Amino acid sequence: MRKLKELIIEKVILICGLASIFFVVLIFLFLLKEGLAVFKIVSPFKFLFGKSWYPISEPPQLGILPLVLGSLLVTVGAVIISIPIGVGCAIYIAEIAPLKIKEALKTGIELLTAIPSVVLGFIGMVTLVPLAKNIFHIPTGLTALSGSIMLAFMAMPTIVSIAEDALYSVPKTYKEGALALGATHWQAIWRVMLPAASSGILAAVMLGIGRVIGETMAVMMITGNAAVIPSSILAPVRTLTATIAAEMGEAVVGSEHYFALFAIGIVLFVISFAINVTADLFLHKRQ
Amino acid sequence: MKNPYRTQNIAFFFLFLATLLIMVPVGLIVAIIIQKGLPAINWQFLIDMPRQGMRAGGIFPAIIGTIYLVTGAIIFALPIGLLTAIYLSEYSKDNLLTRLIKLAIVNLAGVPSVVYGLFGLALFVVFFKFGTSILSGSLTLGIMIIPVIITTSREALESVPQSFREVSLSLGASKWQTIRHIVLPNAIPGILTGTILGLGRAAGETAPILFTVAAFYLPQLPSSIFDQAMALPYHLYVISTQVPNVDEKIRYGTAFVLLALVLFMNLVAIIIRYKFRKKKKW
Repeated sequence: MRKLKELIIEKVILICGLASIFFVVLIFLFLLKEGLAVFKIVSPFKFLFGKSWYPISEPPQLGILPLVLGSLLVTVGAVIISIPIGVGCAIYIAEIAPLKIKEALKTGIELLTAIPSVVLGFIGMVTLVPLAKNIFHIPTGLTALSGSIMLAFMAMPTIVSIAEDALYSVPKTYKEGALALGATHWQAIWRVMLPAASSGILAAVMLGIGRVIGETMAVMMITGNAAVIPSSILAPVRTLTATIAAEMGEAVVGSEHYFALFAIGIVLFVISFAINVTADLFLHKRQ
Repeated sequence: MKNPYRTQNIAFFFLFLATLLIMVPVGLIVAIIIQKGLPAINWQFLIDMPRQGMRAGGIFPAIIGTIYLVTGAIIFALPIGLLTAIYLSEYSKDNLLTRLIKLAIVNLAGVPSVVYGLFGLALFVVFFKFGTSILSGSLTLGIMIIPVIITTSREALESVPQSFREVSLSLGASKWQTIRHIVLPNAIPGILTGTILGLGRAAGETAPILFTVAAFYLPQLPSSIFDQAMALPYHLYVISTQVPNVDEKIRYGTAFVLLALVLFMNLVAIIIRYKFRKKKKW
């Protein structure tokens, strides 16, 4: 009797353990189910590289290139800002800060993780957007640049905490060896610790990029939502995520527009899947 | 010759600067919202219905909606998340299946929140015909926070020393009895931390509820889980971008309530974790 009970419990727990795999597959299947229908109307090539996104004109033009470029522009901007600052902060926390300050800084980072993206978007609207407008003398501050800055900020917690972990897991003997040979603390960090932690830091950056590409609300609120091919970093853009969030509410279930938005979802899912799997490989290489 | 100590000082200065560039804005954001939002808060604002197309009145239905959604999400996510954590920490072997499960969790955590919204729309709203409802939204948010709960619970379970399990097993307890009476009680604070972090995450997310629950303007309380509902994050989005001429005060007030709610939950989680670490006997 007891053995049977144990067996049943073990099976139930195993089934729950499989739930994560089940959900990932389920998400992908339902995106495919609703999204693939769009390719009856438009070829995959035209969908990905079509230059105009007018989903409700007649006939609808469903080219997501402007949105892809919008996402790309905002992401590249965010990455350029966030890598030096994020990795720098991680080095500071892992190597330089005294213990008490270290704890305080980590709490600060946690605080940033916790702030809902819609609150950050709101703050961006009332601070960054007017600032950008005044500095660059442009008609609207709702630009790719504002989005990049906000997104860089939102990617920081991911980059800092994973990069710090990577630095932390470099064996202490490496650093001690370098110091014993007469290197300064900075030389030890720059020449020994950073190279040793490089695959973990790379993973941190990749996961940061994943966070940036997937971010929706803040980016929708401060990038201006213009679904055209961006002309400069100071022009309004529309990202893939913002397009789904802004338009799904109006799309009729089963319409071409609805299918197209799900197809964008497939694109996002595939991108995030690729990023996460690669980052995971890097993290495992380290161990 | 360059002086290596000067180089070091310059480098450390820049690292410190990078840290400030993150920390100062965080402080500023919280300060701005408290400074401008706190004066807008009064009892009336918290328990009143919104009026005049959300340009006046309070945010009561949005608060209630968020509480319903978060409760629903945790009811769904906690059992699955906890059992998965138990599987990974107590039962799993180091094989391909375990590797796949871990990879799936990483991916689940990385799926963009708006894609969860699409998924919830396709599965719960359309396929299961739950409609735009609290039920659909809770389930969507639930799946989204499962990875948070798994990761923190697993850490808590794995931090229980192996010797505890060995003693229990050697006294004749079965594996499940050991988990149930020895491992779980010792991991409770960690599991609680994870649960609260999950709650906070669910309370703050907007994109997953956009098409699964959210009602633009619904000045009444939901009567069942099949009703639409307002929710705090969506309400903040609506009044700051979709409705013109909303009083600044209402916007900041809503942002304040949302931020306070989420930070309060995080604070509780941090305190529990801190106390637990201090008290730990091993």
